[in-house]
Amino acid sequence: MTALLTTTDLAMRFPGRHGLTDLLRGIPRPVVRALDGVSLDVRPGETLGIVGESGCGKSTLARCLVGLHRPNAGAVRYQGTDIATLRGSARQAFHRQVQMVFQDPYGSLNPLMSVGASLAEALAVHRIVPPADIPRRVQDLLDRVHLPATAANRYPHEFSGGQRQRIGIARALAVEPKIIVADEPVSALDVSVQAQIVNLLQELQTSLGLTLVFITHDLRLVRHLTHRVAVMYLGRIVELGPTEDVFASARHPYTQALLRAVPRLVPGQRSRDVAVRGELPSPLAPPPGCAFHPRCQRAEPDCAATVPALALREGHWPVACLQADRAIAHSSTIATSTPSV
Amino acid sequence: MPRLTPALLLGLVLLGAVLLAAAVPDWLAPYDPLAFDFTALSAAPSAAHPFGTDQFGRDILSRTLHAARIDLQIALFCMVFPLLIGGLIGLLVGWYGGWIDAVFGRLVDLVVTFPFLVLVIFFVAVLGPGLVNVYIAVACVGWVPYAKLMRAEVLVQRQSDYVAAGRVLGYAMPRILLRHILPNACRPVLVYAVTDMALAILLGSSLGYLGLGAQPPTAEWGVLIADGKNFFTTAPWISLFPGVAIVLAGIGFSLTGDGLADLLAVKK
Repeated sequence: MTALLTTTDLAMRFPGRHGLTDLLRGIPRPVVRALDGVSLDVRPGETLGIVGESGCGKSTLARCLVGLHRPNAGAVRYQGTDIATLRGSARQAFHRQVQMVFQDPYGSLNPLMSVGASLAEALAVHRIVPPADIPRRVQDLLDRVHLPATAANRYPHEFSGGQRQRIGIARALAVEPKIIVADEPVSALDVSVQAQIVNLLQELQTSLGLTLVFITHDLRLVRHLTHRVAVMYLGRIVELGPTEDVFASARHPYTQALLRAVPRLVPGQRSRDVAVRGELPSPLAPPPGCAFHPRCQRAEPDCAATVPALALREGHWPVACLQADRAIAHSSTIATSTPSV
Repeated sequence: MPRLTPALLLGLVLLGAVLLAAAVPDWLAPYDPLAFDFTALSAAPSAAHPFGTDQFGRDILSRTLHAARIDLQIALFCMVFPLLIGGLIGLLVGWYGGWIDAVFGRLVDLVVTFPFLVLVIFFVAVLGPGLVNVYIAVACVGWVPYAKLMRAEVLVQRQSDYVAAGRVLGYAMPRILLRHILPNACRPVLVYAVTDMALAILLGSSLGYLGLGAQPPTAEWGVLIADGKNFFTTAPWISLFPGVAIVLAGIGFSLTGDGLADLLAVKK
């Protein structure tokens, strides 16, 4: 199966604050490594989940995938072409095929444009339908995301968060994309509304054959929705495998810790284990070697010296842990207690 | 949603009165503003001349009403040109940032170092007195607050997700700037513009008083006040009524600007 969208050794660095006195003292400019060598592939028709704590680079990766950020190193390739090299109509074509749904349903819609105008603009710019057919297509789109036809004449502030997220999805669908990158699309919503949006995304994926990249910090959603999952920690992917298998027998200690931290619905099974020791290190100064080693319960001395590459390491899916072989032995305890959605 | 507050209503009434005077001064004014009446020199307010007359017997009420048109024109032009120039500069600086923003910042520092009026007087003194040169001078100096406001607002808007959505949708930069960012960023600038017209009237009158703005015998409130300054002890009405007109027009613009700010702030 050829990948639709691939990233190779993607690196994204953001400069930190650097005052004049720092400059005069010769202190080098601090750099946040939001992404540090991320390689992954998005396959046609799949739902790929990307999980990790806040600040691990999930959103940066999403924005690189849709071309909002230009990576400092590495490349994002769409059907084999580096998107940084795309110009003019080729770039338009890329934007038409790779769309994004944003986290904040309040900020992602222009408050001064009616819903119909926002959708019509996308249709007109990309000449999806002849101008005369635009109003009908707007109705189709609203219908597709289960909003009433009257929504077209109303403004974003008249809608609830969940409804706005539907509008955002309709706008992404307007240009008939192949891939939708959803950056925490439900984390700003109530739980009951979350389920509606997740179900809508699933429904659209089935009916339209969409490829979905679903970014979240909610493992239950990952398990419910995704075929494969990439686990990120401090700008790197530490584990990338089929969702079922990763949930059944996670190979990376960080993944295992995340899975232990998922709240249980059965009161008696409430876990008293500390999921992960310590705080997420500052991305301004990531630890040497494996970035997870200061918090890892299985760290060995070599973990502090060598950066582990994402590799198969005698398993069925890649993991970035020097102790991966040993980690498999521990994972059986988790397999019995995975949460249900 | 706040309705018409009493303050906004008063502002609109005052503004309406000024607009009416500017639109049809000939219908309202009892006399020709330039006609001399040698039978009533420096006459005190009376039934024939409600605001009195000046030293040449010209009717103050008529001159004050006719001056509204000139002063409104000053207020408008002293607002519009800085608004357009400053708005455009702020939009581009806020969008592109980087070294353009750094240059902009230093330029703004340079301009705000000098008092506004001093810089305007400097430009008018170089260019020569007259209303057209006043407009040029104000455009050269007055764009700064508009550009600062616009830049700050554009910086906020460009971070928003709807702008990111536009970029992901492959919209061209002019479309994002003009159709998405500009309408969302211009509200505080427009509110400021209405309030700024009050200051513009004061500025126009000040320059008229100093002899740098409208030139006699044109009726302009500042010029009218200057006309009466030598007779203030004997015929105070010559300066008093144009002064009251300035105050009322200024209050009108200020109250309307404040009221508009409240009205527009809620919808956001």
